[in-house]
Amino acid sequence: MVLKVFFPSCCSVAESGILIGRWIPEQNSAVVLAVVHFPFIPVQVKQYLSEVQQVTKVSVAVLGSWSNSKQEKEESLSEFLEDLGTIFSHEPWIQISKEGDSKFWSCSTLQKRSSNPKEEEIILVYYDQRKVMLSHLHPPLDTATSADHRADDASKLSAIFDTVAKSKMLFMTDRYDDGPIKLTHWQSDGIEASIIVELMKQASVPACMLLAFLLSLISGVCRSRVLKFWPLSFLWSKLSTCEQLGHRLQHLQVISSGKKAQTQTQLMRKANIFVSLLIDVTLGILLMSWLYRKNRIGHLADTLIPMADHVAEELQDLLQWLMGAPAGLKMNRALDQVLGRFFLYHIHLWISYIHLMSPFIEMILWYVGLSACLGLTVALCILSDIIALLTFHIYCFYVYGARLYCLKIYGLSSLWRLFRGKKWNVLRQRVDSCSYDLDQLFIGTLLFTILLFLLPTTALYYLVFTLLRLLVVIVQGLIHLLVDLIDSLPLYSIILRLCRSYRLAAGVKFRVLEQRDGKPLRLLMQINPLSYGSVVQTYRLPTYSCYPRDSWTSLCKKLFLGELIYPWKHKGEKQD
Amino acid sequence: MEERRYRSAAGAPIALRCRQHSASCRELAVRCPRLQLRSLSAVTSAVWLAAYGLFVLSENSVVLSAAIFITLIGLIVYLHFVKIDQESLLVIGSLGIQVTSSYASGKESTTFIEIGQVKDVVINEAIHMQKVIYYLCILLQDPGDPQGVSEVVPLFQSSKPRLDCLIEVYKSCQEILEQRKTAPQSS
Repeated sequence: MVLKVFFPSCCSVAESGILIGRWIPEQNSAVVLAVVHFPFIPVQVKQYLSEVQQVTKVSVAVLGSWSNSKQEKEESLSEFLEDLGTIFSHEPWIQISKEGDSKFWSCSTLQKRSSNPKEEEIILVYYDQRKVMLSHLHPPLDTATSADHRADDASKLSAIFDTVAKSKMLFMTDRYDDGPIKLTHWQSDGIEASIIVELMKQASVPACMLLAFLLSLISGVCRSRVLKFWPLSFLWSKLSTCEQLGHRLQHLQVISSGKKAQTQTQLMRKANIFVSLLIDVTLGILLMSWLYRKNRIGHLADTLIPMADHVAEELQDLLQWLMGAPAGLKMNRALDQVLGRFFLYHIHLWISYIHLMSPFIEMILWYVGLSACLGLTVALCILSDIIALLTFHIYCFYVYGARLYCLKIYGLSSLWRLFRGKKWNVLRQRVDSCSYDLDQLFIGTLLFTILLFLLPTTALYYLVFTLLRLLVVIVQGLIHLLVDLIDSLPLYSIILRLCRSYRLAAGVKFRVLEQRDGKPLRLLMQINPLSYGSVVQTYRLPTYSCYPRDSWTSLCKKLFLGELIYPWKHKGEKQD
Repeated sequence: MEERRYRSAAGAPIALRCRQHSASCRELAVRCPRLQLRSLSAVTSAVWLAAYGLFVLSENSVVLSAAIFITLIGLIVYLHFVKIDQESLLVIGSLGIQVTSSYASGKESTTFIEIGQVKDVVINEAIHMQKVIYYLCILLQDPGDPQGVSEVVPLFQSSKPRLDCLIEVYKSCQEILEQRKTAPQSS
């Protein structure tokens, strides 16, 4: 079978020595982690390896010998290297030798216990140690969900990535350390601005504790009984601003928790939440600074009242149109007038309330605008709530029209059954035949006729107000979509994929390097980064709303029957 | 390393290049038909004529600059995301199979399938509109069921070579895949 040797590219210039790493017998491959240089004492090397094995839980062993000679190969050196194979008994003993500056190395194996001394083919795979150590291999999404994953079915690549990642401790020894053993492996060249990073790490612990304390205070206040009384709790559940603030509070709690993130997913989630909050607050503060300059709040308040007036006037015109002969249809005059006057009176009331509030609008807007510093999402939620409050009369009209229409439809269907001599059996939940008395039939038929001929009028009012309500719902829905986008986008992961694409690996890719006959096959293993779509899908932050609540058919059915529709569902709400 | 000419399913000329790196490593690359200058200039002149017609109607010079902008952006998007220049298959016995598509702008998209997941490489038939075309595909092993196939990965989807080219590629792949069945297990 073919023998695969994974060799780190940083060790290509190392002095002669012995190779240490991990041997994976199921795949017939050897992962070389470092080179130990001459001179060394074998006992010390074995001791060091057992220490490393204890800490990293990776079965590190001596795999073979490495000779980097500047001159021609010496016979005595090769014999010495073969003799080393007897001291560190490892099956098979790999011997790699490099002459001068040649790119093509010769690689051979010594099998002592095998029955057939056949020459097996050797593949030499170079890998970048630092990148493989830092990267995280993402399994394809469909296999990640399958729970029955046996250890020997695990992919070969993940075994190699795991080996290098877990041996991080091995890579911590510095080349300038004066110990009994001299190693060559990937060396960190020091990180720029590491002092700042250290200071931030030191400062983050008390900051987290302070934040956690403040958050516990705030959540204690929120959960107190005062705010649980019926009108207030109903109000909090209806306002989307409170939902968004609660969501952000949860995020802050996740960030400020004292435990360090254990897995990669937890770490990425924390980082994503942190970056998302940062961007949110920055955009909110930018918005706030823009709003408060040049007295824009004042202008906004000045245009708000005339706009509400304008909407009310348009509604009045619409009702006058409906009370006449809308689109050429002939309405029932009496019902028309009743409904029209009823709605006109509501509009009159609404206008009076708006005018009552008009002196305070500017001050309220000024203080409400200050809360934009909590984040752009909060500002958008406040905008959506303001729209909901300003169009409250449209919502009321929709509810009145829908209830009236719904009653009418149910009445009509029940009387239609009476007309045909049938009845709805509540016990059996089906339609049964029934014999009615003559006076029952008479009154039923009369009522049926009345309801039927009044249907167009009610249906038209219902249609008009449903369309208006749907318009408002669509506007609010767009705002919520934007808020959800800002909430759930994993910005840190996207920036990581952009700048350090080797950290998020979907797999590997191989490049065939120059070959020469008689020498082993040379391949370069590089990291294949995840695509942006999979990055977003894997690291999306969960949000509190789910769309769509109803499918299109059930929505149309509800509209036809006159049932009230609530298109946007929040996860905390009960089903109705 | 030799290059042979074949035809794609639509009749355009394509070239197959086969390289043997070692006894268990082979690279097969199919070069797709190039971007034709004729079609490029036809599309560009059509868009610009339409834009000029709009400009004559509306007297707004924004239309002309928008047309130039759209043509440039469209060309860049086409070269970077749509037009595939070469599709290659790298078969390394005992490691896996690597499928690479290189786009006209130089971008390369690679997928590597480990040898443990590969069940077989076969030529399948497909009915496409009024034609029957052949395509080469890799069958992936189902981890739970030794006889089952979990996924079919079609190869050379953009160049669509005909059966004669596919048979060459199939024979090369099978020679290497057979080695893993006949090779003795390591002790």
